[in-house]
Amino acid sequence: MTVIGGLRRLWETDPRRDPTTLTYTLLAIGAVVVPLLAAATGGGYLVGQIADAGVFVLLAIGLNVVVGFAGLLDLGYAAFFAIGAYMYAELASPYLEAMGIHGGIHLPFWILLFVGMFVAAGFGALLGAPTLRLRGDYLAIVTLGFGEIVPRVVRNLGTLTNGVNGISAVDPPEVPAWISGPWSGDPFKIVTDLKVTDAVGYYLIMVVLVTVCVVLVNNLYRSRIGRAWMAVREDEVAAAAMGVNTVRIKLLAFAIGASLSGFGGAFYASKLAYVSPGNFSFLVSVTILVMVVLGGMGNIPGVIVGSLVIYYILYNFLPDLPGHLTDMANAFGFSGLLQQSGDWPGLAEEASRLKFLVFGSILVATMLLRPQGLMPSRVREQELQKGTHEDTTIEDVGAATGAE
Amino acid sequence: MALLELREIDVFYGRVQALRHVSLALGKDEIVALIGSNGAGKTTTLRTISGLMHPAHGSVVFDGRQLTGVPAHQVVSLGICHAPEGRRLFPRMRVIDNLYMGAYARKDSAGIQHDLDRVFTLFPRLQERRTQLAGTLSGGEQQMLAIGRALMARPKVLMLDEPSLGLAPILVQLIFQVLQEINSQGTPILLVEQNATKALEIAHRAYVLETGNIVMTGTGQELLRSAEVQKAYLGV
Repeated sequence: MTVIGGLRRLWETDPRRDPTTLTYTLLAIGAVVVPLLAAATGGGYLVGQIADAGVFVLLAIGLNVVVGFAGLLDLGYAAFFAIGAYMYAELASPYLEAMGIHGGIHLPFWILLFVGMFVAAGFGALLGAPTLRLRGDYLAIVTLGFGEIVPRVVRNLGTLTNGVNGISAVDPPEVPAWISGPWSGDPFKIVTDLKVTDAVGYYLIMVVLVTVCVVLVNNLYRSRIGRAWMAVREDEVAAAAMGVNTVRIKLLAFAIGASLSGFGGAFYASKLAYVSPGNFSFLVSVTILVMVVLGGMGNIPGVIVGSLVIYYILYNFLPDLPGHLTDMANAFGFSGLLQQSGDWPGLAEEASRLKFLVFGSILVATMLLRPQGLMPSRVREQELQKGTHEDTTIEDVGAATGAE
Repeated sequence: MALLELREIDVFYGRVQALRHVSLALGKDEIVALIGSNGAGKTTTLRTISGLMHPAHGSVVFDGRQLTGVPAHQVVSLGICHAPEGRRLFPRMRVIDNLYMGAYARKDSAGIQHDLDRVFTLFPRLQERRTQLAGTLSGGEQQMLAIGRALMARPKVLMLDEPSLGLAPILVQLIFQVLQEINSQGTPILLVEQNATKALEIAHRAYVLETGNIVMTGTGQELLRSAEVQKAYLGV
């Protein structure tokens, strides 16, 4: 029924006016088709990479709650990601043996996902409570500091976190029941307590997690709370005059954003089977922020598309760039460029040296061509189209004074 | 017995006295206008009632209850709604969401829906533009939205600061008609206006403020005919 209803809505909405339905449909189809294609061509690596991208999708959706909905600039978002990941790594690995607990602690994956969520939300509230009274730039600076503090603390906690070396041999996710069959090369039967270790398994779990989070955040956005977030973003004083407890509502945005990050962190740790302080640098916070802004602040499908695009550029396009350029140079008869001579290090080497210049140029070009993001919320779009109405206001004033 | 009463209030901005012994009353079914020139203390009077300013002497009594010292957000929940000058809408939210924000402190969804229908009946333009962003509305529509949003709180007293400011005469006419309609449905209105003629035409009673003092009071019609008011405020 819902499928038919969804198809009807897709048919009836004009994608130029409301691309949301179309985007969700395409994403859903893509989520099913891409791994099938990859499996057919034997590209398990690609599926695993999409599962990694899914972690960033989760993070971007969470940061979008903070930045896009409530308008709070959070520059230390990776800190909550680290908290979720470390929480999982401590409680689901043999590592705590070092602390004298025989065999370490091995709590189940699904429980720890939620523990990670609540622990991160708790830290979000803890950071938010004293700082959310600050506005704009000051909040950004405090979150920036928090984002630096957490990895540093983790690096220096000694035995508890194993410092720079990080924690390895983290447990993979475990599914309580699963049907194995010819698609995984096994006989057809129901398996219980399956440890997920292959890319397709991670991918499926990721799709489920992202779907759940998208539904939850969408519902929040349409609720009274979502409206209060926007009101606080627009005019904090007016929102307070409507009866909004502004500090509490901002704290809620902060905690919910943090909880999604903790959620993503726990999944990330289980997939990588390894965590180290280096995985949660300032660069991660900035990357997620770029995904949100470039995708279209405040618009969930836009943010999903933005995070997939940025992930692709950062982890696929740029690393492959030297190889592609070499192929192209050979194909078009410029193979001379590939040779090293004097200051010229050869095309491939030059491309890999300049890859962040390329990345920066792509970002700048996107923001110049589409300042509202790839898929802006309708709010941003209308805003960029107004103009004419401001003229009317001025005319109104003129008419009124003229008549007095 | 007046619903809202100011008794001999003195209000200061630092050392500057903005209101001197101001006393006024608003009855249960009244429209009361507060007129006066710039800087006379009209807005200060409204701000004092809504708890944004506190009187040094005197008291504000609402529904038999002392309001002196009660913070602004609690005054709102007691049922005094202040639509401030300059509207303060949420520009990047849709019209409908602005209206729902007005009812934020309420939990009765059936009542909210009823009041939404009421606002749309009063201002059909808002219904036409319900999904448009508030910032893209014209000045008159924004004023309608500001009044509509104030009504969504289902106030016991509606205070409006310069609702006609910057509007074309035809829109001023419309806004004032709607104010009378709102009042006839049972909401008392305290109206601050520069446009004295219009305000006095619809007001049951009115006060004239001059440099922080109430210098004249009477029914709207009396003041309209008063020679001094005509000379000073009506430009006759």
